[in-house]
Parts: sequence; structure tokens; C-alpha cells
Amino acid sequence: MAKVIEPSAAEKTLDLREMTDARVSLGRHGAGLPTRAQLSFLLDHARAREAVWTSVDRGLLTDRLNRLGLSVVKVDSMATDRSIYVRRPDLGRMLSVESAERLKQAGSAKGYDVAIVVADGLSSSAVDLNAVPLIEALMPKLAAFNLSTAPIVLASQARVALGDPTGEALGTRLTIVLVGERPGLSAADSLGAYITYGPKSGNPDSGRNCVSNIRDGGLPIREAAEIIAALVKDMVKTRVSGVALKAALAKLPSSNV
Amino acid sequence: MSYTTTIEQTVFRFADLRDLLAKATPERSGDQLAGIAADGPVERLAAQMALADLPLKAFLGEELISSDDDEVSRLIAKRHDPAAFSAVSSLTVGEFREWLLKPETTHDRLEAVTWGLTPEMVAAVSKIMRLQDMIAVSAKRRVVTRFRNTIGLAGRLSTRNQPNHPTDDSRGIIASAIDGLLMGSGDAVIGVNPATDATDDYIRIVSLLDELREKLAIPTQTCCLGHVTTAIQAIERGAPVDLVFQSVAGSEKANRGFGVDLALLKEAHEAGRSLNRGMPGANVMYFETGQGAALSADAHFGVDQQTMEVRAYAVAREFDPLLVNTVVGFIGPEYLFNGKQIIRAGIEDHFCGKLLGLPMGVDVCYTNHADADQEDMDTLLTLLCAANVNFVITVPGADDIMLNYQSLSHHDAVYCRETLKRPPAPEFEQWLAEIGLTDRNGALIGEPAALSNYVRQSAFIGA
Repeated sequence: MAKVIEPSAAEKTLDLREMTDARVSLGRHGAGLPTRAQLSFLLDHARAREAVWTSVDRGLLTDRLNRLGLSVVKVDSMATDRSIYVRRPDLGRMLSVESAERLKQAGSAKGYDVAIVVADGLSSSAVDLNAVPLIEALMPKLAAFNLSTAPIVLASQARVALGDPTGEALGTRLTIVLVGERPGLSAADSLGAYITYGPKSGNPDSGRNCVSNIRDGGLPIREAAEIIAALVKDMVKTRVSGVALKAALAKLPSSNV
Repeated sequence: MSYTTTIEQTVFRFADLRDLLAKATPERSGDQLAGIAADGPVERLAAQMALADLPLKAFLGEELISSDDDEVSRLIAKRHDPAAFSAVSSLTVGEFREWLLKPETTHDRLEAVTWGLTPEMVAAVSKIMRLQDMIAVSAKRRVVTRFRNTIGLAGRLSTRNQPNHPTDDSRGIIASAIDGLLMGSGDAVIGVNPATDATDDYIRIVSLLDELREKLAIPTQTCCLGHVTTAIQAIERGAPVDLVFQSVAGSEKANRGFGVDLALLKEAHEAGRSLNRGMPGANVMYFETGQGAALSADAHFGVDQQTMEVRAYAVAREFDPLLVNTVVGFIGPEYLFNGKQIIRAGIEDHFCGKLLGLPMGVDVCYTNHADADQEDMDTLLTLLCAANVNFVITVPGADDIMLNYQSLSHHDAVYCRETLKRPPAPEFEQWLAEIGLTDRNGALIGEPAALSNYVRQSAFIGA
């Protein structure tokens, strides 16, 4: 006969952790965190900082994309290093002179429908982990719509709006910018996708559609690719993107929707 | 008119008051981004020397942003009180700094001059003050406000318990709120930043928080930090709204970016007061600000970001707020690059807010792309306690999982109480002891049954 076991202190108390992902019920020693919780927080912060300050390995990305049969163009923004990049968002939105030239040469006489731009943004780990699988999932969907795609653009020290001069130089109808999002403590590898119809320098952010939090544990790659493809299809039909897309779709004759 | 300083035969010229203030501002990335910062430390010092010699009266003669184009400038001009100003009207900016620091300039004298000072005068003097100067003056200036408790008394520190949740989930919000209460946080306000701006969610969140406060009889106030228009709708629908919140900035154009103007804020203030939920004459508004807000909305008119921030305080003080805080490190490294810049900005904002008569708190915080960490926050928090800050914001484990940035943790509130000897508002301090959270010395002792059992008994989330 087992003896009666009193509920432990932990069982008696409220289980806040079951109710939220916030860092509740950490315990304390005076005002200090338990050592394990303290170091675990610091590890999450270290991961987030590493995601911001480490460069994307563009050589490796190129190899992986080439193996999928995709060609690649590398471009740089006007921000020459990371320290300038985080301070000068304006420079991260502009192409360097050589890069603009390189893109003009990569453009084709009859133009392309879509440019996919992989921008490092604020998280290299987001790009390292998620960009190639997302492109792999996306390409057959774009091909199924009979949309031609320009060589994949790998952009360094790049903000979302760098997709505008990039699409302009390549002469594409729309751009899909895959960008490393600002890392949080719980996830440092979120990729965002910003889709713009009629890319042009100076386009407002309200003219883009965004799919965010693409990562393992967030929005899965397969679902993200489907959402992006559906947005692309709507934009090609309406020639509109951003906040005006919904209204433009509603105006289409129903047979087109 | 232009201003000049000569240092060893080199003449430094500053085109106008805006240029002089911008170049005299201690280094920060936002002014560099705007292209208005000094070229280097020597030009900055030249500007600071010219600024120190400038009579305070000069700010009454030259507007940084014309009243013709900007209702914030009109408000600043309208509210300037010449009688209150007379105590310092003959001083230069440099002499004003010395006047502020003198022991003879007591709390009462600082209070008496409040409406004689314009944001531009206060911003100007802060630019030639070290951290220690600003702390010494702030520590003398108490600004006390009341709703269900008394915030801002000397030697005390209140906390906003910020139980945010990425999807505004009721159970998630309550879990974080209780986690904070168990650590003694929440006497300034228990306030949620909602993930959506839907009126239904706003009403659900304030009702949830009101039930928590009511059932546990906590002498504090609650808030959902939605837009003022949402608050007004919720009030019309009979929701239990304690505090009406709004983000504000230092120009009419920047405020328009937030979807507000002075007339709308007045309407919101009146709606909040009409409920009479606090003690008689209670302060019902809660404002947040932050350096860089105007620049990021392209609404700074060539004025440096710190001066624009202090102009936002002219907006805030028009509505007798219970709480005002700068969200100092939230905006990112393009405005405040590193821990040093964030720390200075936090001390400046607190100092300038207090001199203008605001119940000033600080969200001591940073993002992961800024060159800052928890140790910078330790430094800023400790300095702010020395400066007698009214309140700070705390979240579970310093990690806000909704806004994705790091603020202080509830643990930091314990550090302030137990190491820095800063107890909370007296009514809340008494409640902590009565409900069994703290002992006679204010030290945390346990997890009272009233809190552990709360979730089961809640009408909103009871399992």
C-alpha cells in the first residue's frame, strides 16, 4: 500500500506557464533570476544579436540555388557595412552604382514578370535557413501561372524597399522580397515576404503586401508559398498591390475571381 | 538670425536656432540620419558654448516651427506664462543650468516656474547638462498624480505591469498580470498593449483587467493602450475604462500620423473624466512618447529629435495626465544607436518632462538590433531611481512577447524596492502587505491563496 503523497508546492500553486509563452514563474533569489533562467535569456539575446550582425553566406546560397537550376545576381545597397546599415535605413533602400549596372545587364530584352530578391535585412539566420526552401516551393507555382522569373537577386545590407530599384532595373512587373525580419528573443529566424506590383523607387510601404513570420514554428514554408502565390495571382489580375488590392479584387467581374 | 562662436580663431556659424540646437545636441544616430547633427565633438562644443550664452528670452522671439503651420507651436505660445517665467527671464541658458543646480532652487521654486518654461528652453538647457546634472535637478522635482492611488511621492517608485500577449488571449494576459502582481508590480497601472485595435477586443481587455482589480481589491488602475478613438467608442458602450491612452509627438503633422489632434485629445480627456472612476479630481490620461517619433513620420521640420520629444510634453501636459512615459529604446538604432545613447535619452526625457510638470516615467528598453543589453538597462534603471522617476514598466522575464523587445522584468522592480529602497505607492504598499505578498519590511514573502485561486474564480477566464 503506497503511502499518501502530499501535493508538492509546485502542484498547489497556479500553473501560469500553461497559460502563456511569456517568461512567467521564473523563480527568484532576492531580485535575481535563477542562474539557469538568467543564462537562458542571455543565450536567446546572443542568438538574436548574432542573427543581426552575422553576414549571409552568399557563396553557399548561390551554390544551393544553382543546384536547383536557378541563376543568381549579387547586389549591394549603398550601406557599405553592418554598422552603417543599422543606422542608415535610407542607404539600405538604394542600390550601389555597380549593382544597378549589373542588374541592367542581367535584365532581358523582353523583360521578366517576377523578380525574387533575397535581402539579408536584420536576420542572416532567417535567410540562411528559410530562403532557399521557400524559393524552391514558390518556383513551380509561378511557372504554373506562366510567369517568367529573373535570376534570383541576392542583396546585401538590404531593406525591403531595395526591391523597388531592383525590379525597376530588371524591368519586372512585380518583385517578391524575402527579407530577414528583426529578430525577437523567442525567434531569431523569421523571414518576411513583401510583394510589390510595379516596383519603382519611392513606392510607399502601403503599396506592398506582406507575409511575415515564415519559419519553423511560425508560418510553415509550404503555407507561405501558397499565400505568396495567391497574392501574386491577384496582383497580376488587378495590376495592384498593397492596401488597395482587396478593393481592386472586389471590382473584378466575378468570373475573373 | 545666425549664431557664432570663435574657438582659437576658428569661427563656427550656426544658421538659426534650429541649427544651433541640433548641433549642440549630444551625439545620437537620429540626428545624423536627419543630416542635422554636428560634424564632430569640436563643432558640437562650439554650438553648446553659443547656446549657453543665449538668453532664455530668445526662445520666445524665434519659433522653431511656425505657429502658422503647427497647432503644437500655437499651444506652446498660448500656454507660456510670463509671470511664472519672470524668476528666470533674465538668465542665459548657461545661467539657467546653474540656477537649476543651486540648492536654493528647491522643489517649490521649480514647481513655480513650470508654466513659464517652454519645451525649447528645457530641451536647450538639457543639451549642456551631464547625466549627473540632470539627475540632481530631477530628484528635486516631484510631480504627484492620483487615480486610485498616489504616484510620484519622493523616494517611491511605481511600476506599470505590462501583461501583453501576441493574440490578446485573455488567459495569457491574466497569467502575465498575476506573474507581475506576485512580484509586486502594477501600482502605476496594469496596462495592455493590444495586438489589434478592434473595439470589441478593447472592451474585453479592460473588462478582464477590471475584474482582476476589483476581485483582488487592488488600489491601482487599468488600461488598454488602444487608440483614443477606440477608447471613446468603448466608453460610449459602457466599458470600464480607467485611463485613456494615446501616443503623442511634438508636431501637428506627427500627431496626425498617430491619428490624433488636440481637439480629439480634448474629447478623449472629457470622455475619460465623465466616468468618474477615480478619486475626485483624478488624472485620467496616459501618454507615451519617444525620441525619433517625429523624424520617422517625416514631421520634424529640421528640428533635432530631442527637442521634438520635449515639444510632445507640451501636448501631454495640456491634459493633466496620470502617467507619461518615454519608450526610450524601442524605436531602434537608427535613432538611438547604443546603450550610451539610450541611457542619455532616458535621463534627458525624464528631466525635461519633470521640469515641464509631467508625472514622468520611462520604459527602460531596447531592441535586438540596437547595440545595447540588459546591463545598460540596469544602469539606466539605477540612475532613474536616483533621479526619482515616477514609474517604470516591467514584463515577465524582461521579454515582451507581443511587441518583441526587451523592457525591464518584474524582478527589476524587486531590486528597486529591496536594494534601492524605493517602495511603491503607499496605498499599493499597504495592499501588498494585507494580501500577504510582503512582510512588514516590504520584502516579498509568498504566493497568497487569493492570487493562486483567482484564475478559477474569474468570470472571464475561469476554467
